[in-house]
Amino acid sequence: MAEVPEKAKCVVIGAGIVGNCLVGHLTKLGWTDLVLLDKGPLPNPGGSTGHASNFIFPVDHNKEMCLLGEQSANQYRDLGLSVDSGGIEVARTQERVDELKRRMTSATAWGIEAHLLTPEEVKELVPFVNTDIVLEGFYCPTVSVVDSLETGTQMRNVAVNGGCHVAANTEVLDIITTDGPNPGDRTVKAVVTDKGTIETEYVVIACGVWSNRVANMADAYIPLVPAVHQMADVGPLDILAETNNEIGYPIVRDMDTFCYERQSAGSMEVGSYAHRPIFHHPDDIPSNEEAALSPTEMPFTPDDFDLQMEQAIDLMDMLGDAEIKYAINGLLSLTPDAMPCLGELPEVRNLWSAAAIWVKEGPGMAQVVAEWMTFGYPRVIDVHGADVSRFYPEERGDEHIWARSAEHFNKTYGIVHPQEQWESRRNLRVSPYFSRQQELRAEFFQARTWERPQWFESNADLVDRYEVEDREVEWDARWWSPITVAEHLNLRENCGMVDLSAFQVFELTGPGAVAYADYLAVNKVDVPVGRSIYTPWLTPDGGFHSDLTMMRMGDERVRIVTGVFDGGRDEFWARRHLPTDGSVSFANITDQITTLGVWGPNAPHVIGALTSQDLSQAGSPYGSLVDVELNCGGRTIAATLFRISYVGDTGWEIYAAWDDGPVLWDALMAVGADYGLRPTGGGVYGTSGRLEKGYRLMGAELESEYNPLEAGLARPKVKAAPFIGKEPYLAAREMGDPEVSMCVLTVEDLTDSQGRKRYMQGGNEPILTQDGQRITDSHGRVSRVTTAGPGPSVDKHLLMAYLPAELAQPGTDLQVMYMNELFPVKVASTGAVFDPEDTRLRG
Amino acid sequence: MRILCCVKRVPAPGAKINVTDDGLAVDASHLGFATSPHEECGVEEAVQITERHGGEVTVLTLGPPEAADQLRYAASVGAHHGVLVATDGSAWDPQRTAVALTDAIRGLEAADGPFDLLVFGNESADSGGFQVGVRVAYALGRPIVNGIKGIEVDADAGDGVVRARREIDGGFEVYELPMPAAVGVKEGINLPRYPTMRGRLASKKLEIAEQASDAEPGGQSLVRLHRPRETVTETVILGNSPEAASAVVDVLEELGVV
Amino acid sequence: MLLVVLEHDRGAMDEAAREALTFGRGLAAQMGLPLHAALIGANDAELVAEAGAFGAETVYTAVHEVLSDFGPEAWGEAAAEMIRQLNPRAVLAGGSERGNEIMAQVAARLDLPMVANCLEIDPNGGAGEWTITRQQWGGSLLEDASLVSERPLLTSGLHTLAAEQTDAPAVPVAQAVEVDLDPSLARTVVKDRVVLEAGVTLSTAPVVIGGGRGVGSPEAFAPLEELAAMLGGRVGCSRAVTNNGWRPHSDQVGQTGTRITPEIYIASGISGAIQHWVGAKASKHILAINIDPEANMVVKADWAVIADLHEVIPAITQEIKRRRA
Repeated sequence: MAEVPEKAKCVVIGAGIVGNCLVGHLTKLGWTDLVLLDKGPLPNPGGSTGHASNFIFPVDHNKEMCLLGEQSANQYRDLGLSVDSGGIEVARTQERVDELKRRMTSATAWGIEAHLLTPEEVKELVPFVNTDIVLEGFYCPTVSVVDSLETGTQMRNVAVNGGCHVAANTEVLDIITTDGPNPGDRTVKAVVTDKGTIETEYVVIACGVWSNRVANMADAYIPLVPAVHQMADVGPLDILAETNNEIGYPIVRDMDTFCYERQSAGSMEVGSYAHRPIFHHPDDIPSNEEAALSPTEMPFTPDDFDLQMEQAIDLMDMLGDAEIKYAINGLLSLTPDAMPCLGELPEVRNLWSAAAIWVKEGPGMAQVVAEWMTFGYPRVIDVHGADVSRFYPEERGDEHIWARSAEHFNKTYGIVHPQEQWESRRNLRVSPYFSRQQELRAEFFQARTWERPQWFESNADLVDRYEVEDREVEWDARWWSPITVAEHLNLRENCGMVDLSAFQVFELTGPGAVAYADYLAVNKVDVPVGRSIYTPWLTPDGGFHSDLTMMRMGDERVRIVTGVFDGGRDEFWARRHLPTDGSVSFANITDQITTLGVWGPNAPHVIGALTSQDLSQAGSPYGSLVDVELNCGGRTIAATLFRISYVGDTGWEIYAAWDDGPVLWDALMAVGADYGLRPTGGGVYGTSGRLEKGYRLMGAELESEYNPLEAGLARPKVKAAPFIGKEPYLAAREMGDPEVSMCVLTVEDLTDSQGRKRYMQGGNEPILTQDGQRITDSHGRVSRVTTAGPGPSVDKHLLMAYLPAELAQPGTDLQVMYMNELFPVKVASTGAVFDPEDTRLRG
Repeated sequence: MRILCCVKRVPAPGAKINVTDDGLAVDASHLGFATSPHEECGVEEAVQITERHGGEVTVLTLGPPEAADQLRYAASVGAHHGVLVATDGSAWDPQRTAVALTDAIRGLEAADGPFDLLVFGNESADSGGFQVGVRVAYALGRPIVNGIKGIEVDADAGDGVVRARREIDGGFEVYELPMPAAVGVKEGINLPRYPTMRGRLASKKLEIAEQASDAEPGGQSLVRLHRPRETVTETVILGNSPEAASAVVDVLEELGVV
Repeated sequence: MLLVVLEHDRGAMDEAAREALTFGRGLAAQMGLPLHAALIGANDAELVAEAGAFGAETVYTAVHEVLSDFGPEAWGEAAAEMIRQLNPRAVLAGGSERGNEIMAQVAARLDLPMVANCLEIDPNGGAGEWTITRQQWGGSLLEDASLVSERPLLTSGLHTLAAEQTDAPAVPVAQAVEVDLDPSLARTVVKDRVVLEAGVTLSTAPVVIGGGRGVGSPEAFAPLEELAAMLGGRVGCSRAVTNNGWRPHSDQVGQTGTRITPEIYIASGISGAIQHWVGAKASKHILAINIDPEANMVVKADWAVIADLHEVIPAITQEIKRRRA
């Protein structure tokens, strides 16, 4: 009956909390000719927004989720559609009591008021809690309950007043794309609905649990699965009815049973993340017409909920005699890595995702996507962890989505270690040395899809040699081994070999390759053939998008080498900005190239045993690429020696053909035996080695909220060639000294109140002044630990953090909070704490 | 009072009903299962009667093993015993169902004495055969009236009397059935309670007596289910505001109902 | 013969009986059988004549003291006895509550299959294997059934066809049948009737004003009541409304409530869930008032007003007052 326009600037599919807020934010940013579609009726089209429990617990260990939750909570507050009910996370176990200390630490980091409560204090706030089973409570007064449907309506009305066309009961049947602009590219062209076809420049998929199905219409993927979250509404309960409002008591999260109890007027909603994972394929979700309640309120399966009922009654006895008036298997979206899916889809230009977002982050995430579409990158906060282009092909299929979502569903209220590894879907991508590493009993950590040794149990003998202490508190020792410290010390003394095959390697070729490479990079790529540069790629606003190495391989050939965590994002960025005149081609050659890093004082001896190449600074200068032939036990293989170091000792990254890898490994191990060479894990490469040198890592120290000056990565001069983010970068340089600087700090005393040595993990622990105050700058950016780890060669536990200029002075005494305790720290350097003169790099 | 309620497990009503590809059953994957609504009210009524007069409620169902869920649900709202006559899940015709239930009730009565009242649903929500209760009551020699939306038990009158109300246009008929008796009840006789959490948990412990039946199929058998042809109506929109009232009254005048 | 058991209430024929006669007339013609009717507890000339107008050639009557008022067991036994004596080829009744109940009693007593709420019956040449299309789920689903029976007992789906008199009415022969009934059958005869309200009822009202969840509260039904009273109609409601306790269940239109047949059903704030539609679809005309132009009720209505019922209903009332004034 309703018609749709024939043309639009942008079609947003899905009128839940995200789609509504998105059209509102786009309108505020000046967009016109918007169309908002939903296959269901308004104001509740039947998606997850309609049955959400609508509460926001503001504290999250994850920065993106926490700050966007806070941002969202504030947007709800600004509309007057939010009530601060307060909320308490209760602990039933000692492990959870420790976790609540960690929550306090994160609350401090993000500046959120929080208090630890005794059981009696919990009872004062929530008189119907059984204090016999509660050990402690974590209370946030700013936990809020929001009206997500009305918020959506108001944000939609903002857009409607700006001319947005809203078509409810309109089902999307197809998304049409055209080929181009470059070979292999596709660009969105039109949305086909049951009410007609809309030609459009942009399409945003904000379809919640249906998002992947809609993306699939364009042969694209939004890796998420509709998952059941059980919820039962029990009542009436007099004590609740007497508050005479929607919510009068704080929400209780019964963390150890993975359940919550949330007052809803006269009854209590009991929700669970404890039941078995129950997933549905989007095609199996009923239509509005087929659904008894709504499509995402599926029939309750009581057998899955019985244990939670018993536990709920244990906590609140009164619940036992209240009637279960309404109970659902409510659907929400889970992704393989528990992060949302935001941004332009890598498969189709101008097709965007705003999916896998819960009510608690909806308005903030919508703002992120609106800014991204408007300015080329979000402004409110860095969201690289939610960037939909982060996924590798192996992560986009249902097998991976279902397995990983099943693994993390029960961790929704779980205690998740910052280094926690996945159990499912391992060994998806392995290096050519995998079987050899297994024989050496490598402990593998998975970086997205790639397995990388974190340390080798075969090096256990080094622990005794270097007298490395173990960590006494299990939490600190979890996903850690003293072997990693021993490997570090061996590398500094002798030599270490690190498998870097997970590097993502791309090549730009063609007459425009060098100019285009320069357009991406801050530093000059147009260097002599055989030279490389280490450079940031900036966002249009001048913050970090990437941090990587670019190599001038030929007159018309530039190689890009980046880390595995950012390979997807960097590949997409490089492809997305490619000139459309055919002057540059892009290729991903990761599968063809293997890389081994060999570093340490003996590295020249080891590699020298395989080649006659002059390995002195004259024959193989720092930053240079030298093509060599390596004599590997009688076989000669071609390789490129790249003299570089991310660990602070001299050595090379050896690039060779993938298939030559095993021969190379065996040869290096054979000749290295005499030089103390040991296979060395990522614990040295990614943490201790780089920390001692103060080297920054994308995603940790480097985020879009910070610029090269603040990160200490600005060069003395700015190249003449244009590049993305140049104007804001120049403007920042004009401002003079940056407001904050990246610093390395040393922990001066690791002893906690119980006399135990504790080791910060690098999980956003706040840096505080000596009188315990948070440190923030004029943008509200907080000083927090971005990386933490051992500095074996300086005999200190090291932290990295941005500090305001007045504090970023060596010798400044500060504190770090860890597990809700304070430890003294001292600013050591804005650069390296080990070998600051880089004498060892010269070899 | 000993009361027996017969209930049927049916796909939960309330949404569009799809048929499985083979046409032999309702596709319940989106619906879930429930107790047929009239019978859910029957259980509630029986529980209320025992709450007033004392006694116990036995719930009997014939269906697949999963129909135990409906017995547990009944237990979670106050029924005391559950009996399942297990089928292979295929649809049993009304004659066969009635014979099986009759046999089951005879067995229960032989063991523990007669039931004072048999409560049936007026008709099942799904197949709607309108006959099983009547057949069973007749076979057991019990008086039965269908369409009942009100029950009062007068235990003092003779051997006991059930006063039953049947809704008719503008009022109701009153029947007085001598006990032991049977009724076919309809939704509206009460608003059934929801289970409490404790009720639900207690129902997990319900011991379900299982019985087999050797009843022979009757004359009716299912060939296939299908959705009726949908008639497409051209809806004339009279307006988008209260001003449409004038056009509405024009229609009413045209129909001669003003 | 094909025998139609006529439902009546103390001498007033029920619409379902007329539908059954209409249905039976077609089936009898198809099978080449005469159409006869059975009248239980009455032998009024008017009833007999009306049966004739709908095509019954002979009207068999059974009168007995336990048949003085309706009683399912007594009526069932009387019908069973008439069938035993008359040996009809098939027996049909209306698919009303009583019609189905009587036929179930007959089926129990004769130990024969019974098929309720039929829409189509194919005798397949009369060899005793019948193919039947009948209603399930109150008519939202259809069942093709096979029936093996020498004497099928059938009811016709309520309001699934319009009762029509025959073009060639005959003056039917009334013929009394002696039935010997056990006085104990009186145990289920109506003892009393309580009239709660005189006048039109939901199932007979010419106008029904329906209200759904969109009405919002019990009090908000007042304007619907006013309009219904003005049109000599009744207020009906959806299951959501009775589940919320806003209206008594006797006002519910739907599969488990009342099947209405008004000249016009004004459905306001009703989305039109399938269970409601089952009770409303026999309305001759439907007008929907809803803010959602895609609501099922709107899509299925003859006319619709896309606006807030809280404004539209009073406006209709005002307009009628204005025109009457």
